[in-house]
Amino acid sequence: MLDIFLSQFRTMWLVLKHTFTKADTVEYPEQKPYLAPRYRGRIILTRDPSGEERCVACNLCAVACPVDCIALQQTIDDDGRKRADFFRINFSRCILCGFCEEACPTYAIQLTPDVELAEYDRQNLVYEKEHLLINGPGKYPDYSFYQQSGIEIANKEKGQGAQEKPPIDIKGLMP
Amino acid sequence: MMSENIWKLIEISIIIALLIPMAAMLVWVERRLIGIWQDRLGPNRVGPFGILQSFADLLKILGKEDWIPPFSDRLVFTLAPVIGAVCVLMSFVVIPFSPSLGVSDLNIGLLFFLAMASLAVYSVVLAGWASNSKYALLGGMRAAAQTVSYEVFMGLSVMGIVLLSGSFNLREIVLAQSDGWFIQSQFLGFFVFLIAGIAESHRLPFDLPEAETELTAGFHTEYSGLKFALFFLGEYLGVTLISAMTVVLFFGGWLMPEPLDAWLPPLVWFIAKIFFFILFFILLRTSLPRPRFDQLLLFGWMVMLPLALFNLLMTAALKLTGVL
Repeated sequence: MLDIFLSQFRTMWLVLKHTFTKADTVEYPEQKPYLAPRYRGRIILTRDPSGEERCVACNLCAVACPVDCIALQQTIDDDGRKRADFFRINFSRCILCGFCEEACPTYAIQLTPDVELAEYDRQNLVYEKEHLLINGPGKYPDYSFYQQSGIEIANKEKGQGAQEKPPIDIKGLMP
Repeated sequence: MMSENIWKLIEISIIIALLIPMAAMLVWVERRLIGIWQDRLGPNRVGPFGILQSFADLLKILGKEDWIPPFSDRLVFTLAPVIGAVCVLMSFVVIPFSPSLGVSDLNIGLLFFLAMASLAVYSVVLAGWASNSKYALLGGMRAAAQTVSYEVFMGLSVMGIVLLSGSFNLREIVLAQSDGWFIQSQFLGFFVFLIAGIAESHRLPFDLPEAETELTAGFHTEYSGLKFALFFLGEYLGVTLISAMTVVLFFGGWLMPEPLDAWLPPLVWFIAKIFFFILFFILLRTSLPRPRFDQLLLFGWMVMLPLALFNLLMTAALKLTGVL
């Protein structure tokens, strides 16, 4: 009983000592806190080293998204590449969880350390593909999906990619 | 006679002009101090050090929609916050601020304060009832039970002082402390009074009527705009009132020991002492957790009431034997 009573005073004393500790927070707009390179902020779509879009519009990100903020549709180009016909992220819904980045098989969708997404108009938070696409490869500079997936596109037969092996003849008996 | 009335009016205006901005400033002081104690900065943008924050808050709250829920009891819903603020303001009538300042020298000043503190609970109970919502009703119920039980020993704890000073008049109580504050002989009474005072003004750790974690905002869940601001004003005036009463009853009001009292005018000493207790209230709010409601009532009846009675009996016994 006395312990309970005295612990109240100890608590008060410990809190009072914090009068002289330095604040852990910073004054935000003037002084920005450090955000790690892999911080989960605004979402971007990256390009492969040759400058083509990485996204093959497989819909895995839209499926993984817990708040259904990603909408997209696939088309196939004349050169055999799969692309997103439209790609739309509604950042007013997005919770920046990063599941889309984890789900992406081609490293196309990535999260950046930019968190300043505020807008005066809610509609401005709906980003279309042209707003999401950047001109660089993002976090994986050397990765190119069509150079190692074994998919046939224009100017590249199956197994002709830089990191591909020639296709195996599954009906042959040789090891 | 006429000029006397006018002087009284001026005096009342001075006190109100002192109290209302003080209550508004308290909001900023509290937010800033809690910020500092939680290793944050607190509001520091509006004006130097953010002292105009309350003013900005006031402007904002005036711009809010003053919504009366359609399911509520309109008349009582509107009346409740007014009762709260008026009751607390009325209590300041009897407080002697300095040898010359103070609205009334009621010979039952202490009783008047206790009566007004009891009336203030109507504001909370009526607000809870008229809101016609479950959270508000639970908050109002808790407020009623808490105030009724803590009032009992709040009254008892100050009876020791009445015994010693022989008066219910607060000015005479202050003057009776000119050769030693009552805190010396009435330490138990002070302890009980302070805890009861925190419970009366619904401050943490005894803010169960508005416990955010359980009841959203308790009795003022449905309130918004100016009516909510009135509740807020009432709460912060209540804090000032309890601090002022503690100072008047136990810490010699405007009096200071011999070498110190010449430094500053009595009113400044009084306000400084009040401020000390307000800081203590804010520290309590930051550091202590909220008890469960049954713990609160149990603590009141099983610990505080016996303590208050013991204090009263001891004071009476010592007074009779001539020790005090």
